[in-house]
Amino acid sequence: MTSGIDSLLILLILLNLILLGASRLHNAVRMVAAQGFVLGALPLLMQSGGAWKAALLLGIGSALLKGIVFPALLFRAMREIQVRREIEPLVGYASSLLIGVGVLVVCMVWGARLPFPWPVPSSLVVPVGLFTAWTGLFLIMARRKAITQVLGFIVLENSIFLLGLLLTDAMPLLVELGVLLDIFVAVFVMGIMVFHINREFDHINVDQLSALREDAS
Amino acid sequence: MRLAGWLHPILALLLSPLLPGVINRVKAFFAGRQGPPLLQPYYDLIKLLQKGAVYSGTTTWVFRAGPVVNLAVLSLVLLILPLGRVPSAVAFPGDLILLAYLLVLGRFFTVLAALDTGSSFEGMGASRELQFAVFAEPALLVGLGALARWTNASSLSGMFADLSPAFWGDSLPLLVLLACAFLVLYLTENCRIPVDDPTTHLELTMIHEVMVLDHGAVDFGFIQWAAAMKLWVLGILLVGLVLPGASGWWGLDALAGVVGLLGVAVLTGVIESIMARLRLLRVPQLLVGASVASALALLLTFR
Amino acid sequence: MIRLLILLPIVAAVATLLTPSPKGRRHLLVGTAGLHLLLTAGAWLMPLPTFAADAWLGLDHAGRFFLGISSCLFFAVAITVGPYLEQNRTGRQREADTGSIFVNASPAVFCACLLGFLATMTLVAASRHLGVLWVAIEATTLVTAPLIYFHRQPRSLEATWKYLLVCSVGIALALIGNFLLVVASAADDITAGSLVVSDLVARRALMQGPWLKAAFVFLLVGYGTKMGLVPMHTWLPDAHSEAPSPVSALLSGALLNCAFLGILRAHSICVAAGLGDFSGGILIFFGVLSMLIAAAFIVGQTDFKRLLAYSSIEHMGLLALGAGLGGAATYGALLHALNHSLVKAALFLCASSFLAVYRTKLIPRIHGAIRVLPVSGWLWLFGFLAIAGSPPFGTFVGEFIILRTAFVGNHVWAGCLALLALTIAFIGLARAFISMALGPAPANLKPVREEPQQFWPPLALLSLALLLGLWIPARLHGVLAAAATLLKGGVP
Repeated sequence: MTSGIDSLLILLILLNLILLGASRLHNAVRMVAAQGFVLGALPLLMQSGGAWKAALLLGIGSALLKGIVFPALLFRAMREIQVRREIEPLVGYASSLLIGVGVLVVCMVWGARLPFPWPVPSSLVVPVGLFTAWTGLFLIMARRKAITQVLGFIVLENSIFLLGLLLTDAMPLLVELGVLLDIFVAVFVMGIMVFHINREFDHINVDQLSALREDAS
Repeated sequence: MRLAGWLHPILALLLSPLLPGVINRVKAFFAGRQGPPLLQPYYDLIKLLQKGAVYSGTTTWVFRAGPVVNLAVLSLVLLILPLGRVPSAVAFPGDLILLAYLLVLGRFFTVLAALDTGSSFEGMGASRELQFAVFAEPALLVGLGALARWTNASSLSGMFADLSPAFWGDSLPLLVLLACAFLVLYLTENCRIPVDDPTTHLELTMIHEVMVLDHGAVDFGFIQWAAAMKLWVLGILLVGLVLPGASGWWGLDALAGVVGLLGVAVLTGVIESIMARLRLLRVPQLLVGASVASALALLLTFR
Repeated sequence: MIRLLILLPIVAAVATLLTPSPKGRRHLLVGTAGLHLLLTAGAWLMPLPTFAADAWLGLDHAGRFFLGISSCLFFAVAITVGPYLEQNRTGRQREADTGSIFVNASPAVFCACLLGFLATMTLVAASRHLGVLWVAIEATTLVTAPLIYFHRQPRSLEATWKYLLVCSVGIALALIGNFLLVVASAADDITAGSLVVSDLVARRALMQGPWLKAAFVFLLVGYGTKMGLVPMHTWLPDAHSEAPSPVSALLSGALLNCAFLGILRAHSICVAAGLGDFSGGILIFFGVLSMLIAAAFIVGQTDFKRLLAYSSIEHMGLLALGAGLGGAATYGALLHALNHSLVKAALFLCASSFLAVYRTKLIPRIHGAIRVLPVSGWLWLFGFLAIAGSPPFGTFVGEFIILRTAFVGNHVWAGCLALLALTIAFIGLARAFISMALGPAPANLKPVREEPQQFWPPLALLSLALLLGLWIPARLHGVLAAAATLLKGGVP
């Protein structure tokens, strides 16, 4: 545990855990914004020597997009829809936290079993990446509001960004930029959909979008 | 060295009423008031110990034993807890489990004494106290376990003896996580804001204060003293994490420990003044958060 | 050539957005589709060029095959879009089953998104770099979302939301799989990592086992979501039933195949590296599971478009089974992919006519289709035979090859379960299709004269499927065999 990279990764773990227990949507969006900033700082710390210009571009771009643009979009959406809290999620907050710790243990064990063939900046990257991916998936599955599902998707893309940082030497930066572009477009489209959902249904409780269940017709 | 450890309980019994005094004084300062004198808890204690007691006919020996056992247990605990960097009188592998169980024993007797009165207020307080205790246990044990693993020691004195800023140097996240967990534990066990408001006079909102409603005179004096001792005991865990390394002079180390405890009291006063109390439904979430911080600290020691 | 194939629809899409007249848009759509089909046919007739080792784009045998299917289907569907848009103008409409009022989106956006869909499907078929493949599949998700939401009503909104969310999550998992694949391919040196399929196949023994296994699992789950394998299929019945019928035809017929191509490429890398049993086993498991679950939902289904969607899931399961079994079953799976696309597209186009005339999606309310809509009704009946896999249609040949490989090899259980699923599905389909096609016509409906543009494409597609059941042209056989060898990790 010698470097800033480790501290940032542990901060990421904490942010994920806070997200699992957050019930107020504004706080959840702020945590995701904080994650965006942390992930923006990581390329600068992880690059080895020559490619610092590209790393700077990537870091600043990512921090801007995920730390400022997406939260602004989501806050605006929440203001239009006038929603403040997640109400009675499918899995309770304390249970989510405890399950999260369990999954963190599993990810650490799994990460120890996948040895890297070449030296990596920190041995925490793969477990934290997997844990972040799981957090994103869990938020999508276990929460009722559409905004929380969009947040879960952003967290999932954050995990991909993190895992992609391991490979910056192998694959061109194009891929990371591609990932950023992809998530931008996807979040944009999803934001539009949330507007539409609210307009049609007067709420954004996605668990009530069940008209198309098997017994419905 | 060990001799200094035997002085620890005596020092604590003498100095611990200072801690509530400091807390109250800080809160008054924040509120713009003069506040009670710093030595007010001593005056209260002396007054209470001289009074006669009245016992209800429905109570049994448990009611009389509760406060005594509590105070005795807390004094006993100080034999295994180091004061800052001064080693404790008794140290053996696994004494951190004894610490946890002695605290539980004290709580158990307090709760029994509360239930013994047959009053519904005490019963309500007892059930709340136990519920929070259940959530707080993992935070204590897992946190101490993480610390034991990190320092490669198995007794409390051993764990705290080696800590110093140089030791923590490159594992700052671990320190932050443990400190947060122990701080939440401290606030919970001592019934401070944000878990419980010690100055509330509404029984339905009390947790700890309501359990001792029917105690009076000497029993109440012991309860006040035990509350101060608990501030001391749990403060030591927190102080032990952040104090600088042992200097070799036990007097200086003991003084550093006491100053640290007073600092923690000031911190408590500040926290009580700037925060509001959490809704009762939120407290388990806070405690689970503290447990998760401890668990994360333990996970990090495995790398 | 490839660039032309991809850029042509994109340019046409932009042009469509700028064209104000509906007739102009229609001509642009059909013209582009026709030109695309001609270029694809040209690609089939030309000999295969040799590719540079690190070329990212290129049509190898498998790519040509799937591109051919997509292009053919798109041309057929493009012809029917004109009349469809005329029947579904903007302005308030009433949905027959629930009585709710809705509007339609703008037809210009519809046509432009369709052309964008063609461009992205071409990119999927032409990509030799798994990263480009991933980008293309993600692009298909984003481009088809507005298409599904053409009828602006709550049900299609719900379907679009599920589609977008579930498929995006799946694609994200597939990207993790891509990253793990890079790690697997870089033996000691990170800069040696690669995502070009032919490169990875050539490396064989140099791939790191555990990483490759993890990568395959992620890729299968990710692209399997897009393909409709159970249990990631939850978006499919909703999206395919709520989308406009021409769009459903393309989604079922072409898009599912694109995802299948992604899985096939990943499987070929595993087979080349010696992990063929591992990846094949997982594919067989998912395939059989999909068939059984889909068959269970087919029985007792009351919405005929949903019925067709579940049938798609079942056939996708069969394709996964074929790919997992290997050997001759790969050839069978590819042949079945072709036949299934043709038949399913034809069925969805017939469904379009049914919806327009009967104004309901519920099976119990539709009777006597062969009397009310003569051509579409008979096509529906024959289409039932085709989709259930009975001879002489082409679907029978593909299914037969796959099942035979299962029984001759060590996978008797898989074969038995697959047969059981096919039987249950046959029962469900028979009840639905026959009750819809036969019987007396409803009192208030007279026989309708159908427009040629609406019945010729499904007729042509179904006839092609019948033809393929009786005779496979040598050229097609050559392409199929070469593609199968390529996808089994060999060099054709």
